[in-house]
Amino acid sequence: MDDLRDKYITAIAEAADEAALEQLRVAAVGKKGEISLKMRELGKMTPEERQVMGPRLNALKDEINAALAARKTALADAALEERLKGEWLDVTLPARPRRQGSIHPVSQVWEECTAIFADMGFAVAEGPQIEDDWYNFDALNIPSHHPARAEMDTFYMHRAEGDNRAPHVLRTHTSPVQIRSMQAQGAPIRIIAPGRVYRADYDQTHTPMFHQIEGLAIDRDISMANLKWVLEEFFSVFFGTSVKTRFRASHFPFTEPSAEVDIQCSWQGGQVKVGEGDDWLEVLGSGMVHPKVLEAGGIDPNEWQGFAFGMGIDRIAMLKYGIPDLRAFFDSDLRWLRHFGFPGLDVPTLHGGLNR
Amino acid sequence: MKFTLSWLKEHLDTSAGVDEIAETLTDLGLEVEGVENPAARLSAFTLARVRSAEQHPDADRLRVCMVETDEGDRQIVCGAPNAREGITVVLAKPGDYVPGIDVTLSVGKIRGVESHGMMASERELELSDEHTGIIELPSGEVGQRFVDWLAENDPAKVDPVIEIAITPNRQDALGVHGIARDLAARGLGTLKPLKTAQVPGSFPCPIKVEIDADTQGEGGCHVFAGRVIRGVTNGPSPEWLQQRLRAIGLRPISALVDVTNYFTFDRNRPLHVFDAAKVQGGLRIHRAKEGDTLVGLDEKTYSFSDGQVVISDAGGVESIGGIMGGLATGATLETTDVFLEAAVWDRIQIAHTGRALKINSDARYRNERGIDPAYNMQAMEDATQMILDLCGGEASEIVVAGAVPEDRRAYRLDPARVVSLVGMEIPAETQRATLEALGFVLEGDMAHPPSWRPDVLGEADLVEEVARIASLTRLQGTPLPRAQAGVPRPILSPLQKREQVARRTAAALGYDECVTYTFIDRASAALFGGGDDATMLANPISSEMSHMRPALLPGLLQAAARNQARGQMDMALFELGHAFHGGEPGEQHLLLSGLLVGRTGPKDVHGAQRPVDVFDVKADAEALLAAIGAPAKVQILRGAREWWHPGRHGMICLGPKKVLGIFGELHPKVLREMDVKGPVMGFTLWPAEVPLPRKAGATRPALELHDLQPVERDFAFVVDSEVEALTLVNAAAGADKGLIADVRVFDEFIGGSLGEGKKSLALTVRLQPKDKTLKEKEIEAVAAKIVEKVTKATGGTLRG
Repeated sequence: MDDLRDKYITAIAEAADEAALEQLRVAAVGKKGEISLKMRELGKMTPEERQVMGPRLNALKDEINAALAARKTALADAALEERLKGEWLDVTLPARPRRQGSIHPVSQVWEECTAIFADMGFAVAEGPQIEDDWYNFDALNIPSHHPARAEMDTFYMHRAEGDNRAPHVLRTHTSPVQIRSMQAQGAPIRIIAPGRVYRADYDQTHTPMFHQIEGLAIDRDISMANLKWVLEEFFSVFFGTSVKTRFRASHFPFTEPSAEVDIQCSWQGGQVKVGEGDDWLEVLGSGMVHPKVLEAGGIDPNEWQGFAFGMGIDRIAMLKYGIPDLRAFFDSDLRWLRHFGFPGLDVPTLHGGLNR
Repeated sequence: MKFTLSWLKEHLDTSAGVDEIAETLTDLGLEVEGVENPAARLSAFTLARVRSAEQHPDADRLRVCMVETDEGDRQIVCGAPNAREGITVVLAKPGDYVPGIDVTLSVGKIRGVESHGMMASERELELSDEHTGIIELPSGEVGQRFVDWLAENDPAKVDPVIEIAITPNRQDALGVHGIARDLAARGLGTLKPLKTAQVPGSFPCPIKVEIDADTQGEGGCHVFAGRVIRGVTNGPSPEWLQQRLRAIGLRPISALVDVTNYFTFDRNRPLHVFDAAKVQGGLRIHRAKEGDTLVGLDEKTYSFSDGQVVISDAGGVESIGGIMGGLATGATLETTDVFLEAAVWDRIQIAHTGRALKINSDARYRNERGIDPAYNMQAMEDATQMILDLCGGEASEIVVAGAVPEDRRAYRLDPARVVSLVGMEIPAETQRATLEALGFVLEGDMAHPPSWRPDVLGEADLVEEVARIASLTRLQGTPLPRAQAGVPRPILSPLQKREQVARRTAAALGYDECVTYTFIDRASAALFGGGDDATMLANPISSEMSHMRPALLPGLLQAAARNQARGQMDMALFELGHAFHGGEPGEQHLLLSGLLVGRTGPKDVHGAQRPVDVFDVKADAEALLAAIGAPAKVQILRGAREWWHPGRHGMICLGPKKVLGIFGELHPKVLREMDVKGPVMGFTLWPAEVPLPRKAGATRPALELHDLQPVERDFAFVVDSEVEALTLVNAAAGADKGLIADVRVFDEFIGGSLGEGKKSLALTVRLQPKDKTLKEKEIEAVAAKIVEKVTKATGGTLRG
């Protein structure tokens, strides 16, 4: 019986394919296989012989079956391996192209500003881009003869023949939104007003359209010192480094006292770095809201006071991200959009940081 | 406004240097735009004395000098003929940069003898063209800085020029005296008293003056004063005056004219001189008539409109009051009798006339911002004295028309309010002292502004004066308390939130965000339903930017054209912003538009590249609408405006009047007009049109899951080719709303054996049993119902 075992085990191990394996199975454990035949002979044996031979034959049968199964798996594995060898791909080929979109720096920076000011309780107010001259000028204490009107390079809308109203203007700042918001909401109020503004000017640092963000905070006892704190907090979070500001006395018709605000910076090789060094860079105009402006907004200047400020979104974007030319913001050059743009999911938050 | 340091020091007694002065001016609100300091390039040089000078052993023309310097004796080889023992010279040491020869010195050997520096000539220091010898100074100590010696002995050579920006409220700083007053108020020196003159007239003024009744006072001319000075000798003004004017960028003309310019910049007091011999009769200030003209001092001809204020003699208009004199009566070198004018004009009138005539003169600039009216008559005297001093002559009595305007007003100074507004502790006494230093007169707590500050019109102006003199640079930040305690609440409105989501979804879908100009050219606007006069700018910066955009698509198409011109043919662009349907405030609406241009991507090994098509933009438009919360069930209608391909667009609607968006192919004619190579697919969405969710809370409806296997059945219908797939889908879905979970179109086949005008559409219908497994009979029943519904709705047949 050991001969029988050795014969089949050897043959199974040497079987070259599934067909040979099947032949061996039939020859060994098939209905008329050698082992099956031997098992049939058990009935002719004496009980004593049967007790010895029965288990041995069963064990042999199991062993042969196991060997068949193992060999079958081995053959299948070998065949699969052979197939996979033929399935080699050049994985250095490029992937299927997928478009990458981008967010414009103006939108990104605008969201950064919103995140910071929202934390300080400022809501977002919006208003029309075509304004009547009362909202754009008079309400902001800029009467018709005021030199500031001429200096603003205002765009005027066409007036139809016979329409004798003062021509509407393209808002020269987002300050009219302050007036509209004060009229609608009264005091206390904290808003920022972002948006497109227009001035007839065109060179490397001026475009006839640009973006402004204005802030307004009115309450019982808000002071210029609060303004300084708000701006220093803003710039420090915005630029991601502690930024000192310097207030310089200035004049705007709509604020009094007025200050131009510089931020601390250094110049190295033509590149400006904010938050270090001994130089100062002018970034915004601000001041305590003029009593006449409060009155125009329907707020009693004897009871309420507060500050306002305005700065260029494009400009602080240029400063933060090292963008050299303002004109390129509005040219939609794909190379520029992709270089200076932001991934769609790069949402600035205070908890996650404004930047990745 | 430009001035020199020495000019300032004529009004201000101060030991402050130019840097401190510049810094202080900026802090005071007189922002320094530039300081030109000739001393800067001379600052290294010091004085030295030649102890001995001996012949160089190997060179006839050179001398070897021992020079006493602040660092001991040095040997210097010098070729100047005047280098000799005992003279005081200007020394440049090794390491110093010598501007006139553009060289940084080092220790050298000249013909074998070491030389440790150089004694400079005037040309080498760029002080003059003098180069015959080295500078010999008549005084000075060894080691003294050369710039200090110059400042003492020849200050004009090192006089720094300071240029400041003037805000509209600081007319008083348009004269050097006013600037000095500000600095003195800050404590940077003492304001020097002004020299005043009194020149009695020795004969009656031969030129009479009058102001027309309708021109008198408000809106015209308040006061017009003048006198004749006869027998003057006009010629070049003295060197000191010429130098001063040149230093601030003015061209000296003649003594008479230079005197008026001097007062303009010294005292913010524009004056005018007429050649009295050329004035016919008297001078009359009146309103011009349409058609009056004048050749101005700038030799340009000006035509007046009714109401503008001019000065005429018997021969006609001779001067534009307060803005510019006339050429015919201007003073020349031949002038012997001069009529000196000092007047106070209405500021607003000057501004309007100046703007209308487009004249930007120093006189207009000052007269429209406001001069000191109270100084008018004294200015007459002071200028007369200066003319007499420089040109000689004899002054007449003064003639006056009108009266110097009185504007007495006072505002309450509330020191506590000042502190509350500024947020800085400024003692009440300091506040009062500040105002007094600026010329305010305090009576109790009432402050009367000085006559030279017409801009001060309320209590807030007092606060500003106190704050800026106290220095805002010193301001320390104070935390702004939260408006309400606790975690900040959201601040964006639903629409603002929607904008952000839409923008970021578009970028995630592969579109690059553009920000294009809000104004475009008329032709492009007209292609998109705009370009009418209501949305036209009166003064566009160029014809490319003449109209407010009626849509975002034209700006994006222009952007696409620019990129294509740079060789970028395929792109996906979007913009989110406002378009304008009228010229009144508020006639604007928010849009989100996108463009797909060219092909889906670059050529690739997978063969994935293909031209973009309508279903690309449809997918993106639907994804964007879904992202901002639009309902899934919408209608797709046709009939959008003419810039869409008539057969290849769809309006995504909730009912025929409620359009949420449009997608489709841009009309080829539009592309041709705008020079864009197609194909171009686009979409426009109206984010504000998407209805807000009806209920507020965050809770979702319960999730319904069914354990039973869904069953799918396919159907193919042959319909007329004009029949829309959505009709079939809606009909099929309506067959059994409880059971049919989904209907999808999975195949479209046109023509072939179906014949002309027919197509086959194949649907998969998914049935979701809810309580028991469907039996074949039930499925058959639903299928029959579906066939019936679709057939009825489309007139089509089930494809056999």
